[in-house]
Amino acid sequence: MTNYDTVIIGAGMSGLAAGIRLAMFDQKVCILERHKVPGGLNSYYERQGRRLDVGLHAMTNFVRKGERGRPLTKLLKQLRIPYEKLELSQQHFSRIAFPEQDLSFSNDPQLLTAQIEKAFPRQKDNFARLLELVKNFDDVNLNNAPQSAKEKVREIISDEKLLEMIFCPLLIYGSAWENDMDFSQFVIMFKSIYLEGFSRPKNGVRSVINLLCEKFKQAGGELRLGTGIKKIDIENGVVKGVTLDSGEKIQAGKVMSSMGLPETMNIVSEGQESPAPGAMSFTETILFFDKKPGDEGIKETIVFFNDNEKYNYQKPQTLCDYHSAVVCLPNNFDYDDYDEGVIRVTFIANFEKWNELDKQTYLQKKKEVCDEAQALITRLFPEFHAHLLYHDVFTPKTITRYTGHFKGAVYGSTQKARDGRTAIKNLFICGTDQGFLGIVGAMLSGISMANLHCLMDGEKV
Amino acid sequence: MDYQTLRKKIIDIIADIAVDEDLSNIDDNIKLREQLDLDSMDFLDIVMELKKRYKIEVPTEDYLQLATLKSCIEYLGPKFSFSS
Repeated sequence: MTNYDTVIIGAGMSGLAAGIRLAMFDQKVCILERHKVPGGLNSYYERQGRRLDVGLHAMTNFVRKGERGRPLTKLLKQLRIPYEKLELSQQHFSRIAFPEQDLSFSNDPQLLTAQIEKAFPRQKDNFARLLELVKNFDDVNLNNAPQSAKEKVREIISDEKLLEMIFCPLLIYGSAWENDMDFSQFVIMFKSIYLEGFSRPKNGVRSVINLLCEKFKQAGGELRLGTGIKKIDIENGVVKGVTLDSGEKIQAGKVMSSMGLPETMNIVSEGQESPAPGAMSFTETILFFDKKPGDEGIKETIVFFNDNEKYNYQKPQTLCDYHSAVVCLPNNFDYDDYDEGVIRVTFIANFEKWNELDKQTYLQKKKEVCDEAQALITRLFPEFHAHLLYHDVFTPKTITRYTGHFKGAVYGSTQKARDGRTAIKNLFICGTDQGFLGIVGAMLSGISMANLHCLMDGEKV
Repeated sequence: MDYQTLRKKIIDIIADIAVDEDLSNIDDNIKLREQLDLDSMDFLDIVMELKKRYKIEVPTEDYLQLATLKSCIEYLGPKFSFSS
């Protein structure tokens, strides 16, 4: 029987980052991944020779080379990856589109400030106060108690519409809670999206995953794809290792799980209470066109659309909520690595409604989602006349099938284990349910949990 | 071990940790933190690399001794001769 210092469950961004740290310091470490492709929630696939990305539409936390002390700089340093390796290209700009009101933002925070001053002149000073609060808040302190971000921001921003517009991208890019988020999470997301901004690694998310896999193997780590785990073995409240689907047993001093807190507790051999999975899930339609949006003068990189008076970031009672969406135009980064026009459209969706459909209705409803996505593209960009060449739709059911997340909850449980500890000794959580989200957050989660629990034995530095 | 040999060993470690930094003009008397983008996590990496490469242990209370290149060399010098 093989014996490891640490076994990591899941070869997503967080698991791979954790693995690199441990292998780098000579731990005997193995990452076990159920699927044949690494990446987890941020992954990729091919259809008819086309490259499709799933997960976050862009990297957040953009920094220029040489900028110090930022999350992305820190994580590259911890993983010893040179900045140039990511070949980041910046967004043009993004737009929050609400009824009769637009706000644009880019990687220059001045743009958003100027837009708010123009559209909400009375909120000018309040927004400046919010910026101060965000800049001075210790968002990554693992001991911060959860608190409602909306309550706290409402004390400063007195215009409800502006508040909703500010929250919209932050909620849909990372909140497991409905209609609100934890204030620490709000600050992390605010900085990563509005103060630092969006970029895209050349060739998309696969470049980052490949880079991490390569780095992990170079450092001496072992990666086993297509290896599902049946059970985490516990004896008297202490982790002993894992049992694979094949029945093979693997011993480990520590187990770091990136599969989610409820999902992890579900396979713990001794009965453990597990928190409820989150309610937020999505459909995404990826459409390929014979023209690029830029050819028709469309410059936006991401549009956060909402046509309801109030922005409903909550599980809908229907299959999907078509009143809001995120529309991503991956051609519209400074460097475009696609041959065709590509648009990704995300709708908030209801897992149970999708899950109960019979096969034929399921396929028909997927087609409807694609039609809605196309209708929205036409509504947002009436000047875009292009022929659809290919499309694919994934649903909350697809998310559960490929990521193992219960109820297709991409942002995990509403309950986070910020310090990564569980009720089981030597079983730790990293990734989504540790609470740092997005591609950069996921990698930072893996790094910080590996440092804290496996390299420093929980000492605080 | 002489000053330059020790200096090179430490520079090699920093070069591996801070891959994007130019280390050719470091002033031995100025705090590393003021010249390079190093935070507490990076100093921890320096400590772990010392342990991994040379089996040298630096207890937490001695971390301040690693502030400048000169103080690193003075502090680590005896530890290197002991371990070799």
